[in-house]
Amino acid sequence: MRFYALAVYAFLYLPIGIIALFSFSAGRSASSMEGFSLQWYGRALNNPFVMEALWTSLRVAFVSAVLATLVGTAAALALTGMRGRLRATFDLLVQIAVMIPGIVIGIATLIALVSVFDLVNPWLEQITGWSLALGAGSLIGAHGLFTMSLVVLLVRGRLETLDPALIEASSDLGATPLGTFRQVTLPQILPAILAGFLLAFTFSFDDFVIAFFVAGAETTLPIYVFSSIRRGVTPEINAIGTMVMVASLTLLIIAQLLLRRSQAQRRA
Amino acid sequence: MAMTQTRGRALLLTPAALWYAALLLLPLAVVLIFSFGERTPIGGYAPGFTLAQYANLPARMAAFRNTLTLAPVGTLAALLIAYPLAYFLAVRVSVRWKTLLLVLVIVPFWTSILIRSYAWIFLLGGKGLPALLASIGFEDIRLLNSPFAVLVGIVYGYLPLMVFPIYVALEKLDLRLLEAAADLGAPPWRSFVQITLPLSMPGVLTGSMLVFILLMGEFLIPAILGGGKVFFVGNALVDLFLQSRNWPFGSAVAVALVVIMLITVAIYTRVVKRYAAGRDDVAMM
Repeated sequence: MRFYALAVYAFLYLPIGIIALFSFSAGRSASSMEGFSLQWYGRALNNPFVMEALWTSLRVAFVSAVLATLVGTAAALALTGMRGRLRATFDLLVQIAVMIPGIVIGIATLIALVSVFDLVNPWLEQITGWSLALGAGSLIGAHGLFTMSLVVLLVRGRLETLDPALIEASSDLGATPLGTFRQVTLPQILPAILAGFLLAFTFSFDDFVIAFFVAGAETTLPIYVFSSIRRGVTPEINAIGTMVMVASLTLLIIAQLLLRRSQAQRRA
Repeated sequence: MAMTQTRGRALLLTPAALWYAALLLLPLAVVLIFSFGERTPIGGYAPGFTLAQYANLPARMAAFRNTLTLAPVGTLAALLIAYPLAYFLAVRVSVRWKTLLLVLVIVPFWTSILIRSYAWIFLLGGKGLPALLASIGFEDIRLLNSPFAVLVGIVYGYLPLMVFPIYVALEKLDLRLLEAAADLGAPPWRSFVQITLPLSMPGVLTGSMLVFILLMGEFLIPAILGGGKVFFVGNALVDLFLQSRNWPFGSAVAVALVVIMLITVAIYTRVVKRYAAGRDDVAMM
């Protein structure tokens, strides 16, 4: 049994380990290890295309995660304690957004936005000289749609376990609703909000499927990696992959710790 | 008071409602409408009401066939690999190690599936597993760009998602039931078949459905490990929307995919309900 578990863990981590190992190779081949060097990391960090893609990915991930966290938290606050048809409709929307495959979201957003842009651009150009196109904006919108739904689920889950007596006590003691929110509710749901933000950031930063369709002329890091793999894997890609995985691992561990703390508070 | 509260709620919900309307409901409606439309000579969409796109679905039969074979096979393979691990984590591991080992299963799922998948190009490529096989006498075995490579990729990619629900179900298992069965003289295999397996069934069903649904929409893993020879419906969609720009037909393919998924979810819900009902009967006895 123990050996079986070890074998499964090896299966899960061998591919990740191989990429990390090969990224330190001194040779030119991506699929073998010749000596040890950090040269591919240097190459990757000095490659202007990589840096530009990284910058796009970071910008999109940050803005979409901030918006998703704000909008998702607001919706979760409104939904908690709510009943009736509106609540049922929202629950359904959240479920659809989480369950529907990324590829369907990707193509649907692509054709809907392109059709809308085709419709409004002639007017817009005449009036303002500007026109709409797919790019960072559509990436932020499509990523945020999914991650906002994640935030709703996480924050609502936390809100539903809060003790209503605390809020009553606070208003009995003369606190305004806003004061109660800031001093009682917010501190208790903050870990869940932060965890939601980190998951949203990680999702957007790692996503390839949706980005592939709605990125327009922008190149995110996963899109860069995908098109590079198509041309043949290089040790530079291994170095980029290792850095990306380390970055998302760090964020994930922080999110896990935050969620754990929020659970510990719940028990206390 | 009630008035301001309702107004406050509406204010808090408005941004999310607008987001869902603009980027979830509108796009899905557009796909549905386009699927009944016609294609213009330069690609894109021309308004119309025809079922021609749906009638044309058999043209992409191979993609549907591949998806509907490899998704169930991949789900089953993931289940068979995940179950013993979930059992080990839930029943055999001490509390001290449990969380760490569980997190180690989940973590890969949240890191880039793109990077994790392309690692298999090394492992299944000429210098990887085939070289190893050649050294023990099986020469000239090609693994990359085959259904097997795609299967390995999808099992690898979605294994964590299968382990977790089964673990949650097994975690609730009362070990005294197994002790009682042993005391009454049941051999281990029998108490497994009659106690452990039925009690873990909700987890098995949830995990299988999650993995199956996600596999149905997969296109990245076949694109990387299938080398254009093993393609899913997802790959057909990429081709129809980004290369040949046949939006109406692509929309029909997407609608068909979603319908197959919905049917799966409906069947799953019924099975679970019937199963839960059956459980209650047993409990009542």
